[in-house]
Amino acid sequence: MSQQLTQKVDVELPAQSVIPRARPALRWLMLAVGLVVVLALPWFVYPPVAMDIAAWALFAISVDLLLGYTGLLSFGHAAFWGASAYSTGLIAIKLGMPFPVAVVGGAVVAMLLAIPTGYLAVRRTGIYFAMVTLAFAQMLYFLANMWGDVTGGENGLQGIPKAFFGVELVETDAFYFYYAAIPIILIGVFIAWRIVNSPFGRVLVAIRDNPARARALGYDVERYKIMVFVLSAGLAGLAGGVFSISHGFASLQELVWTTSGKVVLVTVLGGIGTLWGGPIGAAVVVLLEDRLASSGFNGIGIITGTIFIVIVLAFRHGIWGTARNGLTSWLNRRRIKTGQRL
Amino acid sequence: MPAEATAAPLLETRSLTKEFRGFRAVSEVSLRVAEGTIHALVGPNGAGKTTLFNLLTGFLAPSSGQILFGGDDITGKQPEQIAHLGIARSFQITSLFDQMSLVDHLELALASPTGMGYRFWRSNAQLRRFRDRAMELLDEVGLGDRAGQAAGSLAYGQKRALELALALALDPRLLLLDEPTAGMGLEDVDRTIALVKKVAAGRTVVFVDHNMHVVGSLADTVTVLQSGQVLAEGTYEQVRNDERVITAYLGQAGDAHV
Ligand SMILES: Nc1ncnc2c1ncn2[C@@H]1O[C@H](COP(=O)(O)OP(=O)(O)OP(=O)(O)O)[C@@H](O)[C@H]1O
Ligand SMILES: [Mg+2]
Repeated sequence: MSQQLTQKVDVELPAQSVIPRARPALRWLMLAVGLVVVLALPWFVYPPVAMDIAAWALFAISVDLLLGYTGLLSFGHAAFWGASAYSTGLIAIKLGMPFPVAVVGGAVVAMLLAIPTGYLAVRRTGIYFAMVTLAFAQMLYFLANMWGDVTGGENGLQGIPKAFFGVELVETDAFYFYYAAIPIILIGVFIAWRIVNSPFGRVLVAIRDNPARARALGYDVERYKIMVFVLSAGLAGLAGGVFSISHGFASLQELVWTTSGKVVLVTVLGGIGTLWGGPIGAAVVVLLEDRLASSGFNGIGIITGTIFIVIVLAFRHGIWGTARNGLTSWLNRRRIKTGQRL
Repeated sequence: MPAEATAAPLLETRSLTKEFRGFRAVSEVSLRVAEGTIHALVGPNGAGKTTLFNLLTGFLAPSSGQILFGGDDITGKQPEQIAHLGIARSFQITSLFDQMSLVDHLELALASPTGMGYRFWRSNAQLRRFRDRAMELLDEVGLGDRAGQAAGSLAYGQKRALELALALALDPRLLLLDEPTAGMGLEDVDRTIALVKKVAAGRTVVFVDHNMHVVGSLADTVTVLQSGQVLAEGTYEQVRNDERVITAYLGQAGDAHV
């Protein structure tokens, strides 16, 4: 199939598209740098914190799939992160499964929960969509709180093992655990990248920019929204599962509405509509919280909140969006100077 | 010209009515559009033409009445279902994806009936199989040399042309065009007339236009709407000599164009 496609002659497109995208060479370079950073991270950052950054990065990417690429603000994504955190923990504890299997199981639970939620939520847009997702997340929160026999209630679900085919280093040492778990995060990021750069991703952007036109072209907008909602929940689930395995417990903190708010903050801070934004926002927020917490400071929320407001006001496209725009215009200016065609 | 065909019409509305909080924008409209004809819908501003299009394409639900397409009742169907049945429309107020390139617009439209849009696990390079056809359509509407440009950067008349190309990409049995020449220069108007004539072969077209030159050149049948109601219907010649029409519409606004 792809054989046949590559044989087709590409039509030369005369006028340059105004959509800013880095050139392929630059993209590969960025990818290489990104991978090196990911692999080197636990050498420079306390390994459990490095794992938190990775999990939150994927969590933010899952939110961006909705917010940046489809134009949907989910204000209840903790539901999927948290549901998977608990499910992953339960699978690991009760069934003694290796942790990657447990994490995948948790992600599946998250996706199953997302089907009815998505179905209800996509009938609404804007703030009403956010409200439906929030209401659903709150419901899960109360269920988890009530259902203490299974979830551990206020105490959380304790003693989640890091079973990994008897490899003791991974099961006991956070440094090695990072390298065993990071492929799950990277696979999640790859899935997001694949979705964004697929025909489906093209339709999502069309829906984001002009849903009525997409419908007139024959695209079933609600169905696409449900699909991306479920896919997004799956990615949030992978992230939440890795997070709870890494910590060895799942608590109500994973389901509470401030977690939903925090992930939106991380996403917007990093820059929406770009897969690099989530990881950058996650690195900033998680590292900052870690520094503030270890210095014994109590008003973490105030500091992160203030930084959030400042960045969003000063750089509307988030950290990555602003950096990228700056880089592209700098490159363009250079190309003009050196006489190259734009 | 098969103006008043005796066969069952391709499109039929029966007492179609749309009320907005008691205000009747479309009132008891019974329309019959014969297959293979070009049908113009004219009338002063606010006559209900766009509202009628929105009813026909499922963007609005009628308050009462029925819509039949090819003999089937399609009342209450959703826009995307109607698109798949073979009715494509352009929008009066240009409705595009501003950041998307022209060729991407066309690829998206061409991919719609194939269901490829659901393939989230495939590369979007798959959409390139539609590129040749996309370029053909862009050439047809005179936008071939702007294929890579973002739609938002087009001039108004060019956006109208892109609207037309998008509707054509769906290869519809029934093409609904809401003011396809609005805001165009004379030259582009004439090219659009020629293009609509050309693409009308083998299809049925219903269009709205205030430009009487366009109506006169294209329409087999003209329906005049006023205050949501059908005021007159017939050939262009018949309609423009109709006294009620002259007083209601042509007399004030249209004469200059005739
Ligand atoms: N969604 C709506 N809610 C309330 N009133 C509406 C709505 N849509 C249209 N109308 C009203 O219905 C009437 C018909 O509007 P419509 O847009 O169909 O007219 P038109 O014939 O297309 O006019 P024009 O030539 O200016 O495009 C107008 O009075 C308009 O204000
Ligand atoms: Mg109108």
